[in-house]
Amino acid sequence: MSTAAPVIKSESVVAEKGSSLWADAYVRLKKNKLAMLGGIIVILILILCFIVAPILAASGMNANEQDLTNRFAGIGEKGILGTDQLGRDLFMRVLEGGQISLLVAILATCMTVTIGVIYGGIAGYVGGKVGNIMMRIVDGLLAMPFLIIVILFREIITGHIDDIAKLLIDDWGWNDNTVLRFANLIPLTIAIAAFGWLTMGRIVRSAAASLSKQEFVEAARSLGLSHTRILFRHIVPNMLGPVIIYATLTIPSFILYEATLSFIGLGIEPPNSSWGKLIQEGANYLETNLTVLAVPAVMFSLTLFAFNFLGDGLRDALDPKASKD
Amino acid sequence: MLKVILSRVIQTIVVVFFLITFVFFAVRAIPGNPFAGEKALAPEEQAALERQYGLDKPVPVQYYNYLKNIFTKGDFGDSSAMKGRQVSTLIAESFPVSLKLGIVSLILGMGIGIPLGIIAALFHNKWQDYTAMVIAMAGICIVAFVLGPIFQLSIARPLSFLNVAGWSRTSDIILPAITLCFGVAAYLARLTRGGMLDVLSQDYIRTARAKGVPTLQIITKHALRPALQPAITYLGPAFAAIITGSFVVENIFLVPGMGQHFVLGITSKDYNLVLGLVLFYGILMGIANLLSDLALIFMDPKLRNS
Repeated sequence: MSTAAPVIKSESVVAEKGSSLWADAYVRLKKNKLAMLGGIIVILILILCFIVAPILAASGMNANEQDLTNRFAGIGEKGILGTDQLGRDLFMRVLEGGQISLLVAILATCMTVTIGVIYGGIAGYVGGKVGNIMMRIVDGLLAMPFLIIVILFREIITGHIDDIAKLLIDDWGWNDNTVLRFANLIPLTIAIAAFGWLTMGRIVRSAAASLSKQEFVEAARSLGLSHTRILFRHIVPNMLGPVIIYATLTIPSFILYEATLSFIGLGIEPPNSSWGKLIQEGANYLETNLTVLAVPAVMFSLTLFAFNFLGDGLRDALDPKASKD
Repeated sequence: MLKVILSRVIQTIVVVFFLITFVFFAVRAIPGNPFAGEKALAPEEQAALERQYGLDKPVPVQYYNYLKNIFTKGDFGDSSAMKGRQVSTLIAESFPVSLKLGIVSLILGMGIGIPLGIIAALFHNKWQDYTAMVIAMAGICIVAFVLGPIFQLSIARPLSFLNVAGWSRTSDIILPAITLCFGVAAYLARLTRGGMLDVLSQDYIRTARAKGVPTLQIITKHALRPALQPAITYLGPAFAAIITGSFVVENIFLVPGMGQHFVLGITSKDYNLVLGLVLFYGILMGIANLLSDLALIFMDPKLRNS
């Protein structure tokens, strides 16, 4: 019997192949048409902003070139989507604005995931008093008015980042244009991430707390693995699902924060522009020409739609218990 | 109940204390000073202004004085951006505006969001559900600074009795309130739908159905109360978010609320104004959370008795 059993087992494994969590999730996601549409739009927007726009820019289309004889050109009259109040090409402007908006949101989300996984993971794995105190700090920070704290924090670090940028340009000989453009979006990114990781931290903590009670963690412990190794090699990979879901939903909310702050003039500053900045400029010329507002507003709203539907779909696919269906 | 109130009050005090301490040192860490924005001042004028606002002393002393003035005299200090105005007067003038706008848009949001969520849940996975959820998603994605200008152009322009922007007539609240309410309505719709779906799958609802209770009565008498719990939990944070986040809408519709003061305070480094507003926001958030806690206890007998 001891020789026959492994043979049967290996056959049954072959028969059941293909039902891993991720394969299951993909099948469920494919059934959700809105989520798939969202995913396709997300990919298209990313391609437009990060691949098409640089190619067009390299081939001579300039987002900042003014043409005062062709102000407020309509869709198709000049360029693909017309021109703005200074005769600049709207299509290029909206793509380059999108680069900044998406870059800020994606960078901030990466920071959020890093901080949230480390902090929440430790709080959940260690648990007890230390874990409790760590989560109380998160509760306290969550009880503060988010946008207001972000605005303040951005104001504080802006000066320091500018100093670093100057140092890079003067002493290290870096390309000043690139450095200055980055220096402008980094403070906002850091400020959003610095207070945006809290919910991620909570989600990771509860996942880590329930995982660390499971038998495979006990087995790892009895094998004498170090705590760091257990946490980052055994617990963290197992909570990829909730982390991916929440990260996907974090991106649109960060795009929104960036746009809100840029809209009131406390975010991205010229020469950079972002969707929020473009919408704000467009709103000023609303009565002269609608496309100046409509083009960035549509791109911005479409992006939020796409990310949110994709995130909701991923949640339904990866975590069927949590979804309300 | 007393325990809930007490723990909320203590939590609020702790949070506001940390908030005020953080913001106190944070505003002073912002590069530049409150008087640098105006035309270049002579050093002695600068020093005189700093003395007037107590900024010549070391920062810890300033911190002590600030707290002492609040606790002993209820004095939030003078605004440095608007000369001769006290921060407390500025808040007293602008808070009623923000509060009115916030309450009206919260009520509008509840009026739209909760029925939408109930309909979505009742017609789960049918076209009504999908329509309601796409509308809710639109409310989240088409945000205030896109909606506001659109409303100005498409509603205020054709209708001569509505002002495009301003705050002089009673009707001026309509457009900003509608603009603000969409986001809240959207979240409430999603939360209500979720809560309702949870409740509708419970055994006691099936029992009621089996007993032959009419559907409408099942919803109003049995399902609604527990189903609204997630939505009510969200009302506190939502109200706080409306009040603290209304500067966008205030900016578009030129509403003289607290948001404009905050933006001015930040851009002109008006320490006292920023601090006063943040302190006020913190207390407001505490109160909003307490109210939603109390509403939950009021609605849920299980919580009431424990």
